[in-house]
Amino acid sequence: MSVILVFLLVVVGFVGWWLSHQRLMSKPWLEQGMAGDFVALDRSALPTAKIGLGVFLAVVGCLFALFTSAYFMRMALSDWQALPLPRLLWLNTGVLVLSSVALQCASVAARRGQLETVKLGLVTAGITALAFLVGQLVAWRELSTEGYLLSSNPANSFFYLITGMHGLHILGGLVGLGRTTAGAWNGARPERLRLGIELCAMYWHFLLFVWLAIFALLAGWAATFIDICRQLLT
Amino acid sequence: MVDITPADAVPPAEVGEMELYHPHSWWTKYVFSQDAKVIAIQYSATATAIGMVALVLSWLMRLQLGFPGTFDFITPEAYYQFITMHGMIMVIYLLTALFLGGFGNYLIPLMVGARDMVFPYVNMLSYWIYLLAVLVLVSSFFAPGGPTGAGWTLYPPQAIMTGTPGGQDWGIILMLVSLILFIIGFTMGGLNYVVTVLQARTRGMTLMRLPLTVWGIFTATVMALLAFPALFVACVMMLFDRALGTSFFMPAIVEMGEQLQHSGGSPILFQHLFWFFGHPEVYIVALPAFGIVSDLISTHARKNIFGYRMMVWAIVGIGALSFVVWAHHMYVSGMHPYFGFFFATTTLIIAVPTAIKVYNWVLTLWRGDIHLTIPMLFALAFIVTFVNGGLTGLFLGNVVVDVPLSDTMFVVAHFHMVMGVAPILVIFGAIYHWYPKVTGRMLNEALGQFHFWVTFLGAYLIFFPMHYLGLVGLPRRYAELTDMTIMTESAHHLNSFISIMAFIVGFAQLVFLFNLIWSIRHGREAGGNPWRATTLEWQTSETPPVHGNFGKELPIVYRWAYDYSVPGAKEDFIPQNVPGSFGTSKEPA
Repeated sequence: MSVILVFLLVVVGFVGWWLSHQRLMSKPWLEQGMAGDFVALDRSALPTAKIGLGVFLAVVGCLFALFTSAYFMRMALSDWQALPLPRLLWLNTGVLVLSSVALQCASVAARRGQLETVKLGLVTAGITALAFLVGQLVAWRELSTEGYLLSSNPANSFFYLITGMHGLHILGGLVGLGRTTAGAWNGARPERLRLGIELCAMYWHFLLFVWLAIFALLAGWAATFIDICRQLLT
Repeated sequence: MVDITPADAVPPAEVGEMELYHPHSWWTKYVFSQDAKVIAIQYSATATAIGMVALVLSWLMRLQLGFPGTFDFITPEAYYQFITMHGMIMVIYLLTALFLGGFGNYLIPLMVGARDMVFPYVNMLSYWIYLLAVLVLVSSFFAPGGPTGAGWTLYPPQAIMTGTPGGQDWGIILMLVSLILFIIGFTMGGLNYVVTVLQARTRGMTLMRLPLTVWGIFTATVMALLAFPALFVACVMMLFDRALGTSFFMPAIVEMGEQLQHSGGSPILFQHLFWFFGHPEVYIVALPAFGIVSDLISTHARKNIFGYRMMVWAIVGIGALSFVVWAHHMYVSGMHPYFGFFFATTTLIIAVPTAIKVYNWVLTLWRGDIHLTIPMLFALAFIVTFVNGGLTGLFLGNVVVDVPLSDTMFVVAHFHMVMGVAPILVIFGAIYHWYPKVTGRMLNEALGQFHFWVTFLGAYLIFFPMHYLGLVGLPRRYAELTDMTIMTESAHHLNSFISIMAFIVGFAQLVFLFNLIWSIRHGREAGGNPWRATTLEWQTSETPPVHGNFGKELPIVYRWAYDYSVPGAKEDFIPQNVPGSFGTSKEPA
């Protein structure tokens, strides 16, 4: 359970930092009226949707941290046999990076008001994300034809489970991306379009980060890394 | 007295008003509504309905325990199904949904001075997914093999094996799917509650001016957002084990002389995941209760809450600590002694902020102008019950005391007192308190008195004797114990007595339901602010509040939520949206 505890420590650190800016030491029973610093404390200057997405990403992060925790605990048992990762995953990783980059370009273009670049970026991101999902499915097929079936070893089970869960999140993101893309074509208000693209980009970058972490986990580097850390500490 | 600015120097709002969805038809106004208040009522009604099912299940259980062998239709399998469904419904589908989905939806926007939740559409989806989860759960009663009988903790391997009711039938699958749906729905609602508190507070409503109710619900929601994923992971993995033959939790096992295809899995892994959710869940239910009870006590004792800051810190502290105590549910599963020591220590440390809260409630009452209204009676009953249940928690938090008491009726008595009866008492108090705002009419006082005394005294007569049954060694989760030596004649009589009390208390709840429905039309007219309370929900221009909550202008907040009995003020309460200073507020220590 150490992975989830470390994750929660990060969350607690962030929450603590935020709370420390909220005048928790004030004596509300002595203070009446309204002043500048009260108004500034009403809400963050960030758009509400971004904060909402941020909170959601914390929940998603928690979910994958828990899967990782479970992975390490199950891995310690004797019947674990790591499976060889298909080389295709490297290509998929590249495609997902491309998708994230395309969305980042769209986001920058939206800030500059270049609608054509925005459209190009959005479509590229959508297609590459779809390509990533197809690539993952092909990787699943490859593994299962080689005999690495879901239930034959816990390492396989975790591989399918975690990549599947990540894929579902990408699929959900594609719904949002689809709506934003449709908005770009149907002439949505520029500020609304920009917010939509920024939200998509945020989500995409986060899922890319999650994928890289999962990849490291499934390839066994994460375990090696933790071993090294543990040896350094002891 | 620090009056920071004169009343007329209010800076203009920098953020535009949110755009509300305006319903066009009866369907979008009352059924597929995006108004948080309607969603709150939908949540509450659904939770109450499924809660009644759980109440009936507890009656059936008590029939079997109190009068074993009398009722043929209660087979041991059926008994296991009753206890499982009773526990699961009460903890998740009733308490969590009612506190966060019900009270959270109704009170957060009103109390922080917002027009609505920040993502109304997602909020609506949240309710409909919750309803779907409930329907899936209910459908398991009609599935072949009936609902699961694995105990509310659903421990593998037994949860998915043949001997357990529903283990190899539909029961467990429907249970897991329902939980997964519930978590998805809750996450949608939870995002709303958190972001509304963060972003939709009206001008002047700083965090330290929030009523403690909002603090409680807010912190509980943050915890739930971080804890429910653990249950989600556990459910998904168990679903894989059951439906796809993986071995996450399933060890190599022989069932009915046949070797199952599973091998090598770890049931302890499930326990870690389950309790990583399960312990915070206790506080997900308790923190909203803490918050609400603080407001009830302050309002009905006409006195500011004692130690507001400490109350806020304690809520946040309890929330954080509750994530590092989960393994105290697993002492008997076996663990390294140092881990046992660690978890016993963290468990006992939680008693510190909790005790601070209890002292502060009592000190708020001290020399207050206590009105023994029905909400106040329930609040007082909560304090007593919570202290009682909390003290037995100190027993069970210690490894050496827990091991002999584990899985006895003592544990049942403990958790029913502390997270069953105590939060339910707050829910009742809160309903009596806010019902006038929701409907515009008061609940009937005489029926309320009857409901309170029967529930409060009755709950003690049910659960207090259970401690003794546990101490003499009566185990929980056994359908029948008549032949065992520990089942003495007196223990048996006590069991019958508990069963009769359970029926009486259950009957009182029917009276309460009748009161709820009858008072909608026949209750006394309440007016906008019958309790003369300070918080914003009582200051709306219309009662019940309309869509958008407040009139043309959102209220502006000039003070904290607890200006009761301020010396020099004309009335004994000053609403949060009244500017100016009135004498000196009594300063809490």
